[in-house]
Parts: sequence; structure tokens; C-alpha cells
Amino acid sequence: MNESPGFYSSSVGKKILMAVTGMILFFFVLFHMAGNLQIFIGQEELDRYAKFLHSVPEILWLVRIAVTFSFLVHIVAAVQVWLQSRRARPIRYKVRVNLATDMAARTMIWTGPIILLFVLYHLLHLTYGALYPDLFVEGHVYQNLINSFRLWPIAVVYIVANIGLGFHLYHGLWSLTQTLGWTHPRFDRCRRVASAVIGIGVAAANISIPVSILAGLVR
Amino acid sequence: MRLTLHIWRQSGPDAKGRFETYKLDDVNEHMSFLEMLDVLNQQLIENGEDPVAFEHDCREGVCGMCGIVINGLPHGGRKGTTTCQLHMRHFKDGEELTLEPWRSAAFPVLKDLVVDRSAFDRIIQAGGFISIHTGAPPDAATILVPKEDAELAMDYAECIGCGACVAACPNGAAMLFMSAKIAHLGMLPQGKVEADRRVKAMVEAMEKEPFGACTNFTSCEAVCPKEISISAIARMNRDYRRAFLPGKAEGGGKLEKVKLLPAT
Amino acid sequence: MKLDARIPSGPLQQKWTNFRDHVKLLSPANKRKHSIIVVGTGLAGASAAATLAELGYKVKAFCYQDSARRAHSIAAQGGINATKNYPYDGDTVWRLFYDTIKGGDFRGREANTYRLAELSSNIIDQCVAQGVPFARDYAGYLANRTFGGALVSRTFYARGATGQQLLLGAYSALSRQVGLGNVEMHPRADVQDIVIVDGKARGIVVRDMLTGELEAYAADAVILATGGYANVFYLSTNAKGCNTTAIWRAHRRGAGFANPCYMQIHPTCIPQSGDYQSKLTLMSESLRNDGRVWVPRKKGDTRPPNEIPEEERNYYLEEKYPSYGNMVPRDVASRNAKYWCDLGYGVGPNGRGVYLDFKDAIERLGVEVIRQRYGNLFDMYERITGENAYEVPMRIYPAPHYTMGGLWVDYHLMSTIPGLFVLGEANFSDHGANRLGASALMQGLADGYFIIPITIGDYLASERLQKVSTDATEFKNVLADVDERLRKLLAVDGTKTVDHFHRELGKVMWDKVGMSRNAQGLTEAIQRIQALREEFWNDVRVPGRNEELNQELEKAARVADFLELGELIARDALAREESAGGHFREEYQTEEGEALRDDEHFQHVAVWEYAGDGKEPIRHVEPLVFEAVTPTQRSYK
Ligand SMILES: Cc1cc2nc3c(=O)[nH]c(=O)nc-3n(C[C@H](O)[C@H](O)[C@H](O)COP(=O)(O)OP(=O)(O)OC[C@H]3O[C@@H](n4cnc5c(N)ncnc54)[C@H](O)[C@@H]3O)c2cc1C
Ligand code: SF4
Ligand code: FES
Repeated sequence: MNESPGFYSSSVGKKILMAVTGMILFFFVLFHMAGNLQIFIGQEELDRYAKFLHSVPEILWLVRIAVTFSFLVHIVAAVQVWLQSRRARPIRYKVRVNLATDMAARTMIWTGPIILLFVLYHLLHLTYGALYPDLFVEGHVYQNLINSFRLWPIAVVYIVANIGLGFHLYHGLWSLTQTLGWTHPRFDRCRRVASAVIGIGVAAANISIPVSILAGLVR
Repeated sequence: MRLTLHIWRQSGPDAKGRFETYKLDDVNEHMSFLEMLDVLNQQLIENGEDPVAFEHDCREGVCGMCGIVINGLPHGGRKGTTTCQLHMRHFKDGEELTLEPWRSAAFPVLKDLVVDRSAFDRIIQAGGFISIHTGAPPDAATILVPKEDAELAMDYAECIGCGACVAACPNGAAMLFMSAKIAHLGMLPQGKVEADRRVKAMVEAMEKEPFGACTNFTSCEAVCPKEISISAIARMNRDYRRAFLPGKAEGGGKLEKVKLLPAT
Repeated sequence: MKLDARIPSGPLQQKWTNFRDHVKLLSPANKRKHSIIVVGTGLAGASAAATLAELGYKVKAFCYQDSARRAHSIAAQGGINATKNYPYDGDTVWRLFYDTIKGGDFRGREANTYRLAELSSNIIDQCVAQGVPFARDYAGYLANRTFGGALVSRTFYARGATGQQLLLGAYSALSRQVGLGNVEMHPRADVQDIVIVDGKARGIVVRDMLTGELEAYAADAVILATGGYANVFYLSTNAKGCNTTAIWRAHRRGAGFANPCYMQIHPTCIPQSGDYQSKLTLMSESLRNDGRVWVPRKKGDTRPPNEIPEEERNYYLEEKYPSYGNMVPRDVASRNAKYWCDLGYGVGPNGRGVYLDFKDAIERLGVEVIRQRYGNLFDMYERITGENAYEVPMRIYPAPHYTMGGLWVDYHLMSTIPGLFVLGEANFSDHGANRLGASALMQGLADGYFIIPITIGDYLASERLQKVSTDATEFKNVLADVDERLRKLLAVDGTKTVDHFHRELGKVMWDKVGMSRNAQGLTEAIQRIQALREEFWNDVRVPGRNEELNQELEKAARVADFLELGELIARDALAREESAGGHFREEYQTEEGEALRDDEHFQHVAVWEYAGDGKEPIRHVEPLVFEAVTPTQRSYK
């Protein structure tokens, strides 16, 4: 038992980093969600909030860098872990049974890339406005949202992606408590339920925006 | 009762395998699963065919030698039951069963249903112990262990090293096996002393084998014949994380280079 | 054959201390120069290999399983004895010694047995320090329970898996040494023979179970810790792979075989359910602490047990042995079960079973307490029989379990072949004619952790050992012998399977060399086994080749040895014209049907010398001298 190599070289270390970065990303998602929900208060509120975010660029950039870094670490580790596991199970069983795993767990590897693609799409769409220049006016968050989500294809992309996010969060949140060892037999059931509630809650809250606009409730 | 068996046959480690189908007409419901295979093998030998190789020894659920994936379920999927303790009364007349070996890159097939699990031994050799040597330990009564801790340590210590957890894991990960040992020793005061070293060394050894990574599928605990829960894995994760935290004694007690003195 | 037990001088209590005071020691530098082969990684082998490696010897360890952790010691459930006297119920080293020697019906060696009792405490210390999770009480202290045949609570346990936990402890110590490079571990290695050079054991020949390759290994001393041979009965509580090959081959090369007829038939096993049965499952006899044994008073009573009223139940052990009741030693409990079943009172499908009833205990203590104490055993029972023992009484029947006999060893645990040491169940050692519960684990670990490390040093320091290599002709010859034997087995290509012969042998052994024996039956058994052996070598079918994983060939080589050992067991039983412990001769019993010893003629160890194929083996004796205790008639009334 000599000096052991670094934390990151083991899959256990990678998973712990994924858990920590996942948590950072989760908090970002929560924050982002809370901000956007101001759309239901009204145009001024949302636009003022957006302006406020841009008022201290140092902080904004700090957050952006932290989130981007977390995102990268999360993804790189996920890919490495996934490759390692693929190598570990080269042959499948003839009779396949899903043992105890739920759909959310099995689809992490799909909801992950969906979220990644969506984030890129979302950045190009609403942060840089490069995707649909006709629909985008810098600083006019409220109007940009209304303009976009009135078009059902865009709304559907957001809805689907957020369902994916919900699943990802459901397994991810539960999983990160396990990976960080934040467990106790008394809370084991709570962990499941809480993750589900949060996963569904976040997805529902985010989805409520395009749905409301599409339905004409917010205009 | 009558059974149709589809069994993975592979003559050696490098040979190509295939499924063969066998029919058994006279299976008694009180037989154990392995006794049913014994009967099949007697028939095969009498007919001049090669019997099916499968591993077993104690046949009472404790040596961890046996293990067959039956219809996709390691050990047949009955709660707390190894293959050798599975009885035919749990199957239906006329049922078709598919028998496969443990599948994992870390457990290469040696013949038919026999795999090589020596990777497990190498993990233990790296750190699955308390480093004391024989002779003159303190009186047993000087080490007090709260009853609850002793019970919990025992829950984890009951692992039989069968490998069903790896066989069931879609990632082919060895976490349940490895963490059961880490949790067992880490629960006890005797084992806490070198807990940091142990978890690092065992994880490192595990990574040298072609095991997968844990993504918390929980398939392992579903099939573990000793019903060990993934709380063991959580404990291991916690220990591993803490082992790397600053504040652990990691040298630095003596100055490496004295800066103020002129170099000699 | 010279039988010098080399018992140290001095009073019994001082012998081990005297011995250690005067034993020869090797310097650390010299230890590094010596290599030792350890065959077997059970409690005895693993503890020996680990300790010897810690001391600096170069150790090579072998086992037939895929991992050292799977040796059959793993199956022991009940517990391990030690004279800690934590419960303060009056236990002492002397008491454990006396119980053991008396339990063995005064057919054990005083000095060895005393040493065992003396070392028992150290074992617990050692195992606790290793992390064995023994049961604890609420204050955090170690818990104890009583075990068959004892009046004090001296048994330490880890749930129902004491053997597993002790073995995993020894395995962890062994693994540590493997990791450090001090032990070269060879799993899946079937030891086929031993090699003797200049009259000393210097190596072994092994069949690699994956490739069939025969390999020779040389060393300065060879330790056999290969466990018991109860599988000579085909059906026993042993693992399927347990075998006699290593000690039998050593016997054929000159090691004396002591008391082969002393076998233990364990009373609390799950009865056989059909012809396909491949093994019998033991349930810890700790069950007898709370369970009550009975049979119906009416012959052939087929009513469900719960419908048989109290007054129609025969609690035969409690009636016959008021002071020990259900806790009488194993041999007594087993024989009584057989007695009532033979008379036609047995229960279950084939009338081979008696009830073990927990109704009263559940009423007295509640289901939860019973579940806590025996939950895993009840689960196991249900898994196998499909019955719920919380509601209906268990059915139990005796099964072959342990072999007190084995290779003869002296106080140093050395056999009659210099340099060949034998540990654990494989030697004849400390249990006399009957072993008490929870004492085999103790013996295996005492041998491995505490005795052999000292005695083997003495041997290596005293002998001038030439260098040998596996190129020597002695090795070549043994390799050729083994090769020839395996080829012969494959070449018979007869019509019957190996299991067929093993079953037949088992039947003969059980019927005629089992729980009660008589001269006529034993004579018949000898003839029957000889005939069976003949038939085996002419009609067995071993499929496949040697050069592959061939489980039938492995079995065939083992059964061939059992077919020779079985005869020796019968011979030994025939020659011992008395009853003692596990050896019961119908001709020699008291009026109450208890074992009747003949101390005048048989107060000795019978040691058999191999005389060659087809020749009658030669019986030697080592007289047993009792200086500290006086043999009495065992009575558990
Ligand atoms: C079901 C059961 C329950 C028991 N319960 C208790 C109990 O509660 N308390 C108690 O004190 N005792 C108990 N015993 C008895 C006790 O477990 C054994 O006597 C003891 O464990 C034997 O240990 P050992 O080291 O001598 O042999 P084993 O543990 O049998 O080890 C034998 C070793 O030798 C190796 N080996 C054998 N043959 C070969 C070969 N040809 N080539 C290579 N390797 C070989 C095997 O691989 C194995 O590693 C029980 C026994 C059984 C069967
Ligand atoms: S953790 Fe369970 S499934 Fe895995 S090796 Fe141990 S006993 Fe088998
Ligand atoms: S054969 Fe030992 S656990 Fe199944």
C-alpha cells in the first residue's frame, strides 16, 4: 500500500467529481429556473432581472466560467466512465433482464448528450441570438421568449429537452448523494422521493414557460 | 417435471462458444438446481458426450464458488439465494431455461459456465486486511465494539465473493464486492487505523482490472445472495473522498530543504 | 514404523512452555533461505501460510478451489471455543482440556489436547485484531454461547457464519502476504502426490486444473492441511471437493494413518430427500440449545407434528439424559436418533428423521429472539425443504460430518515422514474418538497460527537439508507415477460414471461402517469395497482429456483414493474391538446401550502403515498414557 496515484485516475474519483460538478450544475439550473420564472410576473421584472445579471460582468463571467468548467469536467468524466464500462461488459446476455435499474438510470447516457446539445442550442438561440437573428433583440429577454415560443418547433425542442433534464436530475440527484456517501438508512427512501420531486419540479417549471406562451397564456 | 435447457458451451478460454439445447424429462421438484445439472451430466456422460462444466463446492451457499446466470438473472434471482441453494420447486413444469456464465471482461470464461474470478483476490491482496501479524495481539476485550457496529460490520462481512454483483452490473463494476470489505473493516475500531490506505489501495487495484465504473444502477444489490446493500458503496465513496481530503497526515513533518543555510 | 510422539517433559501445564523454552530457533536471515509448501488454505493452511510468511519463510500455498477464500472451513456455522471465561461461569483451561479429552472418550493425547485448550484464548485475540466481527453484547464486549456437550458458555460466534468469518480473517492475512510477495499462491492446483528425497518430504506434484499440466514443486518442508475425508460416505456435510488425496498419497508413501475409523456423524442435518441428493446440509447444533428433539410415541405416526399431543411425544434425549438433555455430545445424539428411526418411529418421507421443535422456545422467548439467534438457519432450512420451521418442527437426521482420524502426527505436528507436517482436520490430533462442537476451528487455527511456526523452525534448524530441485529423479519418478495413474483413469472408458461408484461406496460405508458397526458387517464391507474398487478400475467412464478443465477426471482421481481409504476405515473399525466416541461397535455396549470402552486393550492410537498394493496394511499402536486425568466411563445422564 504505497502512495496511491491521484484521485482522478480512478473511476471512483471520477464519479465523485461528476457528483460535485453535477451539483454545481444543478444549483445553476435551479437559479436559472428561478430567474426565468419571473416571466410570469411580467415583462419589466424579467428584463430588469436580465439587466441586473449583466450589471456586474465580473460575477457573471465567474459564474459562466465555473459552470462551463463544471460542464466540461462532468462530460469528460462521464465519457471516460462510460467507455470504461463498455469495455468491462463486451458480451451481453442472451436473456436480458433489467435488474432493479430504472429508466432514468439507464438513459443517463442519452439524456446527458440531449442536454449538451440543448445547451448549445439554447446558447446560440437566446444568449448570442445567432440561431434565429430575426427573433432576437439583445437585452429584450421577455420579447425574445415570446417570439420564439410562439413557434411550436422551438417550443417542442425546449419541452423535450427539459423532460430529458428531469430524468437526468431524478437519477443524478439520487446518484450524487450515493456517490458522495451522503446516505443514511433512515433517509434512503427520502432520497429517492426527493430526487423525483425535484426532477419533476424543475422540468415542469421550465416547461411551463414555452407551454404557457404556446398556449397564449403569456403574450 | 420437464425442462428445456439452453446452456452456453465453450470448450476453452479461447474457443468460440455457442448455446446447446438439452431436454430433461424427470426433474424432481425437491432437487437443487445443481443436482438437476448433475442429473443432466450423468446422462451426457452415459451418452458419450462432454458434461457441462460448472463450479460449485460447499453447495450450501457460503463458499461463493457457484454462479450461473439463469434466464438473465445471476443465481436465478431468488432473494438471498445462491445457485446451489436454488431448488427446482421454484420452476414450472415445461419451463425453458437459458444458462449463461457470468459475463464481464474481468471474469473471462474458462469453460462452459466456469469463469476466472481471480481479479477479486487481487483486490483483497492490495488492501483487504488489517495489517497485524500473528502473535501477541491485545486481549480481545480491550477492543470494544458497539453492538450495532458489530452487526453492521457483519452484514458487510458476509460477502461470499461470488461475483454475482459484477455479473449483474450493466457496467461490469466490482463496487459492491470491494466496498463490502471496505465497509466491514472500516466499521470496526481495529480497521479504522488504516482505513485511508485501504480504500486507496483497493480502489487502485480494482482499476487495474477491467472492471467498469459504478453509475448507481443498483443491479448488484438486487442479485447479491447475501443481500448486501449499496450502502456499502456509499461508505466506500465517503471513505475514498475523505482519504484525499487535506488534513490527513501526508508527510511534511520534516523540512526537506533548509533555505536559510548556505548550500554545502 | 517408529512412533515417537516427542511429548515434552514436565507437568501437563508446563509442557508447552518448556517446549518453547528449549526449541531451536532460526535467525531471520536463515528463515529467508527456507521454502515451505503449504497444501490447503482452510483455517489451518491459511493461518500457517500467513504466519510462516510473516516470519520470513518463502511460502508456496496451494488449494483446489479458484480462490483461497473458499476452503471448506468457510461452512462452519456454530462457533469456536476459548477459555476466556468472560461470562464468569467458571471456565478454565483445565476445564476445556478436560471436556475435550472426555468428549473424545479418552482416546486423545493429553499433551496435545492441553496445549489446544491453552492456546484457545490467543486465537480469539488474534482474530479480533484481524477484524473478525464476532457477536457483541450491548456493552460492546464479546458475546458467548453454550455449545453441545459443555456446561459453560465458552463459544464465540459470528452470527451463523463463524467459520466463514474466521476463514476470511485468515485469508486476509494470507492475502496480505501474497500482496507483499512473500507467499506464492497457487489456486486451482490439485495436489496429486508428495515427493520424498532421502527419506524426507521435499515436494509435491500438482495437476493444474485448467490445463491438466503436471507440475512439481520443491521445498524444505511440506505442510498438508487438506481437511477431512467424510466424503468417503459420498453424502456428507463436506463440500463436494473435499478429498483425501493428499494425505492418502502421503500415506502410501510412508506416513502412518491414525484412527481412520473415528468419524463423527453430526446429529442436526437436513434429511435426505431423494436419490439425486448430492450432499447433506448441516444446521448448527446450537439449534439444540433451544430446540427439543422428539419422535411420536406411536410407530409410523403420519399425523402432522403439530397435531400430535404433548403426551404422545417422546422427548427421548431429555428422558434418557436428564442433566444434559438435548445437549448431549454429538455421537450420543446421533446414535439415539438412529436407534428410534430403526425401530420405526422416524418421521418424514422415508422415516429417516426426528423432530427438532422450537414451539416451547418460541413461547418462552418470542419469535423475535429465536429469529435473531437462528434466523439464517431457519431460512436455510426453508430454502432446502420448503417448510417454515417457525410453524412446523424441523426434521433432522444425522450425517457424516467430521473425521477425527487422519495422518498420525507427533507433538510437533510432524507425520512419520520427516519434514511432512499435517495440520487441521487432516491430522488425527486432539479430538480422540469424538470431537466436541466448536473445537475444530480452534484446532485448525491453533495448529496454523501458533504451533507450526514454532515446531517447523525447530525442524529446519535441526536438519541438514540438501538442496533439491525438481529435476531430481525422485521428482521425475513421482511425476511419471501421477501421469500414469491419470492416463489409466482416462483409458478405462467403461460404462459407469464416477458418481455411480462414489454413491455405491457411500452406501456400503453408511450401512456397514457408519454410526454402528459390527464384525460381520465390517468384514462384508471390506470385501464389498475391494470388489467395487476392482470394478471401478475396469468399468469407470471418465470423459474428455487430461489437457483441459476436466471435472470428471478430478473426481475420478479422488474417488479412486476414497475406494482405498474406505477399506482402511473398515479395517480399523474391525480391529478396534471396543466402542469409543464416534466408533460404536454393537458387540461392545453397556446395558443401557452406551459405548463400552476397553481401556485395557485399546487405550492406544492405532496407526496404519501402508504395505503395498494388495497387501494387508500393518497396524501399529501408540499407547495413550494418562498422567493428569483418569479415564472414566462417559456419562451424560
Ligand atoms: C458444515 C460444517 C460445519 C462445521 N461447523 C463447525 C463449528 O461450528 N465449529 C467447529 O469448530 N468446527 C466446525 N466444523 C469443522 C471445521 O469446519 C473443520 O474441521 C475445519 O474447518 C477444517 O479446516 P482445515 O483447515 O483443516 O480444512 P479445510 O477448511 O477443509 O481446508 C482444506 C484445504 O485443503 C485444500 N485441498 C484439499 N485437498 C487438496 C488437494 N488434493 N490439492 C490441493 N488442495 C487441496 C482445499 O482447497 C482447502 O483449501 C464444521 C464443518 C462442516 C463441514
Ligand atoms: S457483494 Fe454479494 S454478489 Fe457481490 S460477491 Fe459479495 S456476495 Fe456475491
Ligand atoms: S457451492 Fe458454495 S456457495 Fe454455492
